[in-house]
Amino acid sequence: MPIGDWFKKEQKDDAQSAEKRAVPDGVWEKCPGCNEALFIKELERNHMVCSKCDYHFPISAQQRIDNLTDHGSFEELWAEMHSEDPLHFIGVKAYTMSLDKAKKTTGLQDAAVCGRALIDGRRVVLGVIDFKFIGGSMGAVVGEKITRTIELATAEEIPVITVSSSGGARMQEGMISLMQMAKTSAAVARHSAAGLPYISVMANPTTGGVTASFATLADIIIAEPRALIGFAGPRVIEQTIKQKLPKDFQTAEFNLQHGQIDMIVDRANMKRTISRIIDYMGS
Amino acid sequence: MKRFAYDFERPLVQLETKLDEMKRLESAEKEDIAADICYLEEQIQKLRMRTYSKLTTWQKVQLARHPDRPKMVDYIEAIFTDFIELHGDRAFKDDSSITGGFARLDDEKVMILGHQKGRNTKENIAWNFGMPNPEGYRKAIRIMRLADKFGLPLITFVDTPGAHPGIGAEERGQAVAIAESIMELSQLKVPVIVSVIGEGGSGGALAIGFGDRIIMLENSYYSVITPEGCASILWDGEVSAERAAEVLGLTADKLLELGLVDTIVKEPLGGAHHAPALVARNLKKEIVSALDELKAVGKESLADKRYEKLRSIGHYAEPIKTLTK
Ligand SMILES: [Zn+2]
Repeated sequence: MPIGDWFKKEQKDDAQSAEKRAVPDGVWEKCPGCNEALFIKELERNHMVCSKCDYHFPISAQQRIDNLTDHGSFEELWAEMHSEDPLHFIGVKAYTMSLDKAKKTTGLQDAAVCGRALIDGRRVVLGVIDFKFIGGSMGAVVGEKITRTIELATAEEIPVITVSSSGGARMQEGMISLMQMAKTSAAVARHSAAGLPYISVMANPTTGGVTASFATLADIIIAEPRALIGFAGPRVIEQTIKQKLPKDFQTAEFNLQHGQIDMIVDRANMKRTISRIIDYMGS
Repeated sequence: MKRFAYDFERPLVQLETKLDEMKRLESAEKEDIAADICYLEEQIQKLRMRTYSKLTTWQKVQLARHPDRPKMVDYIEAIFTDFIELHGDRAFKDDSSITGGFARLDDEKVMILGHQKGRNTKENIAWNFGMPNPEGYRKAIRIMRLADKFGLPLITFVDTPGAHPGIGAEERGQAVAIAESIMELSQLKVPVIVSVIGEGGSGGALAIGFGDRIIMLENSYYSVITPEGCASILWDGEVSAERAAEVLGLTADKLLELGLVDTIVKEPLGGAHHAPALVARNLKKEIVSALDELKAVGKESLADKRYEKLRSIGHYAEPIKTLTK
């Protein structure tokens, strides 16, 4: 989902939330991929992936961490860092209101959750972006935390892993957000120059300033099935070229076919795959 | 000849056109209207002050996009000598929306690189309105590496609405091309001096748009997203790009205040196209003085200093307890 759609959805969610609360906690969840009603317990056991059609439900940063790291090994860093609203930005609503709402819904201070972890007993530093926090957009906090994540891995000479789902740079922090692309990319350059591994996982969706910086600068790029990955949003492209886009345009499969990523890996196999790759990369 | 004018400039242009007519009449010695001409000139001067001395953000964005505004090609001619243009990404094609090559800045051998906007429709079509495809950024990376290899300071000029949004651009890796260009800039062991001369549109601008010094022309802009894009996303198209421009903090003075750019080069009333030679001279002065400063920094510490500069771009809050970790 490009960031524009995220904003639309958020507004719709506001309207629908009252209605939603009236329905008791569901046992079933309808799959957006195949419309099948799925038993939630089973869906959770299956890493939030539809067993019928392989649709990957969006998951939180915490769920991703649980999915990728050894049980109980994650030690979060810089959790209290938060935005200062440097531009005093007011859109349809004040940026501070969007921040407050995102903090409430996610329990996070900003979109990135970073820290040390073990993967099959191997030490790594992990940075995960949660799409639920203002479309996973990168402002000063996400940029700083991802940079520190990379720097820590460089200093400790261990692999760094990022998991992205982001609409790109955060508009509400203007040029400060754009400059985070340069900051994170420069940190990747230093990590790489030190001969250390970097693996980037891209989930649905990863676009804009995040694909045009650290997320595509990894040694190995892995995508989740069907994830939307690209630079420009599909609607912007459609409006510019004034023609229909190919059916699978900007999907993970499209990106694999065009040589933009190394592989597409199911959520269930993600940890094992990363572990096997790191094993080839020394230390 | 009919001059291009934005709505807010139209009353002024009308008066100026009238003045031209009167001068033609006078020179044909049909009437003695010297006093009238004098009066009109005064009025024009007053109106020019009123029109341009307190520009809104949106008017600055308009001037940044003005078709008559000096372009990369104009600055190459005005500032440098002996330009040797280089072409191609060695993989797919030559993307002429980005140009660059060897040049001399007075006695200094340098490498220049910039977005190419056209001075007319023909050039704009040929140069894709300064909107690069991935091969443009890959050409930029080649040019950066040459600069690094031969120890030539890199002087870049930013003027793009943004990277080209298209099917082919995505197929050929627009995102990674920009990312790699940004990463390359961060590692160069030669001085990098950036001049934002018109539009600094998002990632497509940043790819050649940060360095040891960032200079901005007074009426240029540098933004995370175009005002139009911001308006359509944040307000669902219900407010104008004009309103979005106000909140994005994209003007030279605002960015200087935020510490994101280093220097502003003043423009004459009405924008750089009203005195292109003067603006080029002043821009050159800033580039030369930045280069003098940077040459004093040791070759080995340039990239480190650039990294520190990037590292200092923060604007976040952090409680003390997490700092002690
Ligand atoms: Zn399904």
